[in-house]
Amino acid sequence: MKLLHEAKGMLKSNIREYGMYIALLVIMLTFTILTKGLFLSSRNISNLLDATGYIAVLAVGMTLVIVIRHIDLSVGFAAGFLGAIAAIMLTQMGVSVWITIPVILILGIVVGCFNGYLVAQLGIPAFVATLAAMLIFRGGLLLVTEKSGTILVKDEIFNAISNGYVPTITQVFGLDLLSLVIGLVVIIIYILSEMKSRKDKIKYEFDVMSKGMFTIKLTFISLIIAAVTYILAGYNGFSWTVIIMLVVAVIYHYITTSTVIGRHIYAVGSNPDAAHLSGINVKKITFFVFGSMGMLSALSGILFTSRLQSATTTAGTLFELDAIAAAYIGGVSAAGGVGKVTGSIIGAIVMASLTSGMNLLGVGVSYQYIIRGAVLAIAVIFDIMTRRKSA
Amino acid sequence: MSWGVHGMSNYILEMNNISKEFVGVKALSDVNFKVEKGEIHCLVGENGAGKSTLMKVLSGVYPYGTYSGDIVFNSEVQQFQDIKDSVNKGIVIIYQELALFPDLTVYENIFAGNEIKSKGRIDWNKTITSANEKLKMMKLDVNPETLVKDLGVGKQQLIEIAKALSKNVKLLILDEPTAALNEDDSENLLTLLKELKQQGITSIMISHKLKEVIAIADKATILRDGKTICTLDAKKNEITENNIIKNMVGREIEDIYPKRNYKNFGNVALEIKNWSAYDPSLGRKVVKKANLQVRKGEIVGIAGLMGSGRTELAQSIFGNPKSYGIEGELYIDGQPKQLKHTYEAIAAGIAYVTEDRKGNGLFLLQDVKQNITSANLQEIASRGKINLNEEVKIAKQYKESLNIKTPSVEQLVGNLSGGNQQKVSIGKWLFVKPNVLILDEPTRGIDVGAKFEIYSIMNRLIEEGMSIIMISSELNEILGMSDRIYVMAEGEIKGELPIEEATQENIMEMATA
Repeated sequence: MKLLHEAKGMLKSNIREYGMYIALLVIMLTFTILTKGLFLSSRNISNLLDATGYIAVLAVGMTLVIVIRHIDLSVGFAAGFLGAIAAIMLTQMGVSVWITIPVILILGIVVGCFNGYLVAQLGIPAFVATLAAMLIFRGGLLLVTEKSGTILVKDEIFNAISNGYVPTITQVFGLDLLSLVIGLVVIIIYILSEMKSRKDKIKYEFDVMSKGMFTIKLTFISLIIAAVTYILAGYNGFSWTVIIMLVVAVIYHYITTSTVIGRHIYAVGSNPDAAHLSGINVKKITFFVFGSMGMLSALSGILFTSRLQSATTTAGTLFELDAIAAAYIGGVSAAGGVGKVTGSIIGAIVMASLTSGMNLLGVGVSYQYIIRGAVLAIAVIFDIMTRRKSA
Repeated sequence: MSWGVHGMSNYILEMNNISKEFVGVKALSDVNFKVEKGEIHCLVGENGAGKSTLMKVLSGVYPYGTYSGDIVFNSEVQQFQDIKDSVNKGIVIIYQELALFPDLTVYENIFAGNEIKSKGRIDWNKTITSANEKLKMMKLDVNPETLVKDLGVGKQQLIEIAKALSKNVKLLILDEPTAALNEDDSENLLTLLKELKQQGITSIMISHKLKEVIAIADKATILRDGKTICTLDAKKNEITENNIIKNMVGREIEDIYPKRNYKNFGNVALEIKNWSAYDPSLGRKVVKKANLQVRKGEIVGIAGLMGSGRTELAQSIFGNPKSYGIEGELYIDGQPKQLKHTYEAIAAGIAYVTEDRKGNGLFLLQDVKQNITSANLQEIASRGKINLNEEVKIAKQYKESLNIKTPSVEQLVGNLSGGNQQKVSIGKWLFVKPNVLILDEPTRGIDVGAKFEIYSIMNRLIEEGMSIIMISSELNEILGMSDRIYVMAEGEIKGELPIEEATQENIMEMATA
């Protein structure tokens, strides 16, 4: 009875955060029922997550850009352009994949810092600056693919990034063993870190969740990780894309929630004048955020090129809008200062689930756009309504 | 004009037994508020006493049905659904935050939302003529073609009133109209209210400035904790400072400024010599050849009118966030320093509590603890990682020592009252552990009780050996708290007065020289 009361309180005060997870759950359940279970099949979930990867990493970077009250329209074609450069390095220049990837990521940072320079140093509105950059990268992409058209990439390691899975050592009951081990390790790390955090809080004599509630929470989250692991292990196991996405999510989650620079990013977004007067170097933060966005654009370009095993002339088209939509669905506020990277990743998965589910159902592409637009609108409306209530 | 005293009621407005509840909090309980025709009625009370809520009920911001009780206006029971309904009846509210369009002209602003139309098009000639009429009625010497942003804050406030007049106002409600005005502009505004009273317009004014209330009010109703405490009548000489404060806080405050027995000045902590600041966006110097020093354990007051360069002086010392062109020397503990960014100023032991806590002081979307640590995260971080538990602990300490009234340190600062926001702002700067604390209008827009607490905190800091520079527009505050006073006007320091020699008169003389 007491537990129920506590759960109610938690749900009430975190409705906005949980809302998105509940929405994702509802969408997944609906499609599972409509497709008679096909949606939740190992193969489909695995494909769905792989298709989310290159948008999800963009959405993570975009979250920070929107949090500091800017926007980056150049990320789509930056990804396309850098992906094409990667393809050229691998094929025409014969550079090793181990050199290509870091070089492309660094190029991404350079590109992002250039945007950052226009915005932070010259004070050009981000919308205009990155619109210009978008056109330039689009031109650049056409330029480098002009002669050859689509550039086919044959490097196996590179192509494995978006098409490969963690190696299968052996299978138990038809499940990939290494993936099961990875899932188990993630669960153990999760439980240990939660227990340590609780212990620290008790040491500080702060209020903590009751023991019962804490156990329920740990069990619940562990079960979800276990379920995802189980589903993925039933196909080919964890793909490298999923692993990359997880690593990016964990790093950015850590930066935004636990570090000084993360706090400074939110301070700048919440009130740039106050941030400056608080001794925060607003320009440096702007550079950092655009630089990180550039790097993630490069990563997105690598993921996409690898997925297609080729660089095309239209790679990256509209990625930026998908990333922005994912961030807004994930609860990022257009007014700045509010938003979580985990939310944006869920937002990206929501969008991918809609596409995947509707494809399975054979919904026409015109309806797909309309439905996705409606979901975006509903998500933002829900966000604003709950925000108003809590204010 | 004489109003029938017998029989018929004299009241233009009667609010009877108004109660209003927010989730779990009773903001108003059985409030009775009666305003006679043609009077200036002040509404006073501490922050959170329910003044604004009551006015929002009256103007229809909280529609009929969301509160209980009756509103009788012009002898009719009113059931306002939204602001439009109340405006149609002639009730107009002017809020603290001005609702003007800075890039539009005066006449466009006066008739914004109330445009004079003929055949669906705006009749600009008629608009300008009527705007001129309103301005004349207010004895306001402003060209209606001026852009509003080119007017001072004082004039802008008066344009708001002109806007109300364009709506055929019968009951004018002003929410702290002089909070952002200097003494001259405040004076003008009060004169105007008396002028409007002559023309039969009834006014309700919310104010924290007791002097104003005493000067202007025919009646004053005092609210405390969402209840009507009493209505004082000027005719019966009931409106006195003591009387108001006593009823407002529910206790006697002998002195608004807490006594400080401890006076022990040490070495000079901060000094500027021949200090000038050039503002490139204005194309002129905003601070001219200023000399100023503050010793350890001393409160130095900087008096002066708005726009006299006080804030500019403070910010030019505090790492120069506006990128002025600086000339002159700055010494901290006798050592020459150059502070190129706010973080260098913080590192040098200076803290600056801004005059505009919502605009550039606090992060309203963040919670109390995040605000308190925001200027000194390094203190609780190692290798870039914040110790989140330590943060909560520190925030709780400040909540305790500054008596910040908040349910928890996880509460968003935007949800706190003005006085508590100001305490958070001060807490944030105390956490950087400064040697010199610059307070820019530390008690603007906060109630008497919270003011007293902030003054007590200042006294405590002085005893700990801190140096305080306090900028204030309130002469009483300057006189009540400072050990030494500098007076600024037109970017210059016009004079320096030891507290013993300072009077309201000689400060004003220097400030307007």
